[in-house]
Amino acid sequence: MLTRLSGWGRTSPTVARVVSPRDVETLANVLEQSRERGVIARGLGRSYGDPAQNAGGVVLDMTRFDRIRRVEVDDGLVDVEAGVSLDALVRALLPLGLWPPVLPGTRQVTVGGAIAADVHGKGHHVVGSFGDHVRSLDLLTADGSVRTLTPDGDGSALFWATVGGMGLTGVVLRATLRVVPVETSYFVVDTERAGDLDDLLARQSADDDRYAESVSWFDATATGSRLGRGVLTRANHARLDDLPAKLRRDPLAFDAPRLFTVPDVLPSGLLNRATGRAFSELWYRRSPTRHGQVQNITEFLHPLDVVGEWNRGYGPRGFIQYQFAVPFAAVDVIRRAVRRIASSGHVSALNVLKRFGPGNRAPLSFPAPGWTLCVDLPVRPGLGELCDELDELVLDAGGRHYLAKESRTTAEAVRRGYPRFAEWRAVRASVDPDGVFASDMSRRLEL
Amino acid sequence: MIDAVGNPQALLVLGGTSEIALAVVRRYTAARKPRVVLAARPSPRRDAAVAELAAAGVPVTAVDFDARDVAGHPAALDKAFADGGIDVALVAFGVLGDAERAWQDPTAAVELAEVNYTGAVSVGVGLAERLREQGHGVIVALSSVAGERVRRSNFVYGSTKAGMDAFYLGLGEALRPHGVTVTVVRPGFVRTRMTEGLRPAPLSSTAEQVAEVVVHAVRDRRELVWAPAPLRLVMSALRHLPRAVFRRLPA
Repeated sequence: MLTRLSGWGRTSPTVARVVSPRDVETLANVLEQSRERGVIARGLGRSYGDPAQNAGGVVLDMTRFDRIRRVEVDDGLVDVEAGVSLDALVRALLPLGLWPPVLPGTRQVTVGGAIAADVHGKGHHVVGSFGDHVRSLDLLTADGSVRTLTPDGDGSALFWATVGGMGLTGVVLRATLRVVPVETSYFVVDTERAGDLDDLLARQSADDDRYAESVSWFDATATGSRLGRGVLTRANHARLDDLPAKLRRDPLAFDAPRLFTVPDVLPSGLLNRATGRAFSELWYRRSPTRHGQVQNITEFLHPLDVVGEWNRGYGPRGFIQYQFAVPFAAVDVIRRAVRRIASSGHVSALNVLKRFGPGNRAPLSFPAPGWTLCVDLPVRPGLGELCDELDELVLDAGGRHYLAKESRTTAEAVRRGYPRFAEWRAVRASVDPDGVFASDMSRRLEL
Repeated sequence: MIDAVGNPQALLVLGGTSEIALAVVRRYTAARKPRVVLAARPSPRRDAAVAELAAAGVPVTAVDFDARDVAGHPAALDKAFADGGIDVALVAFGVLGDAERAWQDPTAAVELAEVNYTGAVSVGVGLAERLREQGHGVIVALSSVAGERVRRSNFVYGSTKAGMDAFYLGLGEALRPHGVTVTVVRPGFVRTRMTEGLRPAPLSSTAEQVAEVVVHAVRDRRELVWAPAPLRLVMSALRHLPRAVFRRLPA
């Protein structure tokens, strides 16, 4: 069946034949029959741009590979199929007192997608990214064979090319993940309000090692002396003793209701200068400095998950996420980017600033020691030019773009931002010489 | 591929010396360097366009293409697609002809019909087949308000554009499930080589202004746009005027 697919940002939709296989044999057959325009795996479609669509070709809907096969509580290991969502994983693990150490800004992503994008969370400075916690994975490669890969030893090059490899080395079928024990499903949160960007950067740089999770929101509409004002939120997992008596009765409770779903009738342009400023003002004011507040998973980690299909709020023209990372030494790029965005006339409401810890061995893994900044901008005239300008700033400082959110840069920018691109390309060529795995992103960025 | 903010990677112009089309190409190649294929009859003007783009660092190729030679269209399109997919294909050829001669001289009338309608239909079918296989892409058809309500003063031209316009609107409906967008652009009077010596009508525009409209329409996946935009209102009024009143309007 021909299906129109786009990423979460709703830009650049294309049409592909979507197949939803349930078993590996069917998958391998589909591969064999789709050599012309290629194949790409898709999970829950939360990548913002075009990595999980394949114009004129085949898209493998992996969400039927949704079994949690085994949980080894004592060893802290879980063996899951690639289509299992992190939401399902959290729901299965919490009653056992276990927790996946890396959760991105939404739980609505699959394990396969989390590996392919090597996603990170607010705890990157402590625990690294998703790929750091994968003990082994099964990969269906272009020749139809299934390989079991581990981070070390034989096949480790392919393992690390798959982590962050945007699905272009093969189809992740199954993975064994390391999970960690937790006493409760709550966080003890410290919130600090910062009056301007320098204040925010300074606060966020100080004693981050005391917190397992750390992230800032900043106001991308404020200018002048309030430029980059923001709210820093840092937290540790709550221990049993941290909980008030009422919560202690069911410390591992997890209730994440979907409050409402945004209808698909909203026009583009709802987020404009006026509403963007109003939202930012409200968001800033509702978060005064306070310490030791107990919050649940949704409140702290995933506030947006309570609204279904929130991307529809941006209307049919869609929006892009612009996320980049630069080394700590290039912190001035953060200042310049915030200033440039705030003065551009383009409005971003959901803005994130975070410090990354050490990166991993994957050539295309995004996180590296330094700052990362993310803004989401509705598509309107002039946005391309603004982003092209930011690209130069970022790349000249030795920075890079996050492919899971990327939707508009150039092939050259990826090569500059990822110095080990050629190494990754060589591994991909060795397992998929004919380019059977292909996506709109791989065509656009010549991956 | 066309990216999230509307940058294409590969452009094809059928009627590669059209001033409007070249203005569109210049817009797209100002910041990025997409691959460009200019399909037109060999001529010094085509050479000049190729040279200009090449000098700007744009990877450009020329393909021999004659709108009236419909038998040669498949081969010309094969050449145009030889280096890979096309994201935006502009159907930009057309002739205005001498309006008074056109309705009295069968040869002149047929030439207008062959270029503006038959040729456009032929490449439309060929493009549709190729873009369907790609699963993405945009066909931009340069129509005209002259086809929206055909006037006595240039009704042969107007009738060819009316047919062409209707064909591409229908093609857009047919291609929609296949991920391909057809954008019909209806410019009013555009001050170009084609209209040299004619008195500009109200709401006239330049090739650059039409190009601006085209670029935004492609980015927003619009199916029908006017250039300049206010023409839409003017034309919707004119369309409904009784014939007796309409014929009294100044030509």
